[in-house]
Amino acid sequence: MAVVRTQQVKKVYEMGDFSLQALKGVDLEVEQGEYLSIMGPSGSGKSTLFNMIGGLDKPSEGKVYIDDVDVAQLDAYELAWLRCRKIGYIFQSFNLIPVMTALENVTLPMVFAGLTSDEARDKGVDLLTKVGLGERISHKPYELSGGQQQRVAVARAFANDPAIILADEPTGNLDLNTGTEIIELLRLMNKESGVTVISATHDHKMLTVSDRVVWVRDGQVDRIINREDLKIEVGTIDGHAE
Amino acid sequence: MAEQQDTRIGTQVNLPLSKAVEISFNSVKIRFGRSLITVSGIVLAIAFLMSIWVNTDIINGIKLAGDPKLDLILQQKGIDTDPDSAASMQEASKNTWLVVLSLLVCLVGITNAMLMSVTERFREIGTMKCMGALDGFIIKLFLLESSFMGTAGTIIGTLIGLALTLLLTMASFGMATFTHTPWPSVLESSILAIVIGSVLSLLGGIIPAYRAAKMEPVDAMRLEV
Repeated sequence: MAVVRTQQVKKVYEMGDFSLQALKGVDLEVEQGEYLSIMGPSGSGKSTLFNMIGGLDKPSEGKVYIDDVDVAQLDAYELAWLRCRKIGYIFQSFNLIPVMTALENVTLPMVFAGLTSDEARDKGVDLLTKVGLGERISHKPYELSGGQQQRVAVARAFANDPAIILADEPTGNLDLNTGTEIIELLRLMNKESGVTVISATHDHKMLTVSDRVVWVRDGQVDRIINREDLKIEVGTIDGHAE
Repeated sequence: MAEQQDTRIGTQVNLPLSKAVEISFNSVKIRFGRSLITVSGIVLAIAFLMSIWVNTDIINGIKLAGDPKLDLILQQKGIDTDPDSAASMQEASKNTWLVVLSLLVCLVGITNAMLMSVTERFREIGTMKCMGALDGFIIKLFLLESSFMGTAGTIIGTLIGLALTLLLTMASFGMATFTHTPWPSVLESSILAIVIGSVLSLLGGIIPAYRAAKMEPVDAMRLEV
């Protein structure tokens, strides 16, 4: 079953006299439980496509279906519901709420979903333990390292058992080792819970764990490579990606 | 986990107010330095308002007392003992202008401080919206924040204004200040000042709160400030 489906998605940004076509008709299906990476140079429309899939932006033309629901048809309350329960977001710059502890950050989406404080607390502690931060639940973001902050963000993304995890350059602000750890954590959670992981990335470490890699170039899907074919091509990927 | 979910789309519900109160209160507490600057603006304006009102109250009380010794001090200080004279009227209208101006400055100060706070926290707001926060919740958060600061500042300002005016009038009239002060009308002024301050801080919070609520969740992804 396709958890995300885009049909001839086009996006035009009006910039005064001229208009910029960021997406020129993208057809993409993301299967449930798959680990998909979207790659492409900056300005390729990668971020725009990524935001579309995440229900953060609406297409100028074409349709985006998340769980068979047309995103354009949803009102503000339904969109908020969708973002709260169906999608978990992971950001490049972690985006933890600085005034809240790790646990409060993780439980915030649960609070939005209407869980009671006790339920949220228990679940939050479980999630933080799962990502290896069981000892640091009452630390504030500034008391944690970058890798630890991103782990909190991963736990937060999983707060409401979403169907899709959207990760925007999740390793962009991390060094090589912590980046690898986060990727492995995401892969592990993806295998354990069957959640779909979609990430926009420049990071080639991401490729080895992806089921499929979508290259975006000039507002269009340049090519899609499956995991099996990817391994053979790994040596030459650099030449193709940028 | 993911398999058990149905495909029906629900409607996000608004959070209880208590949660918003908790979050915004913590936010003020943690950004104490910044909050203090906002609060001090309100404190100054309200203290000024109070000093003018209470001073008028006390002078009126002393005038009514009709004590010749006190009247002499009043005359020495250049205050007309006749409340209906042209000079008194002019004085009163000048005071009104000063008060209105100081309150306006206070309002602009709150709005500005809150707008800065919103701009500073665009990523935090965007993130909350990605987590499923509704516009109404964000509005509540910022309105509460500005009212917390406003109410605290107003109460402190009222107390400071009252204390300073009493001290100053005591310096001129001695203990007679206390015997002739019309306490009920001073109390009335204090309550009115607190109400005005709180309403102003709420008003000052409206535009920033609205701007925060209208931020797009995509803003959370932006890297530059």
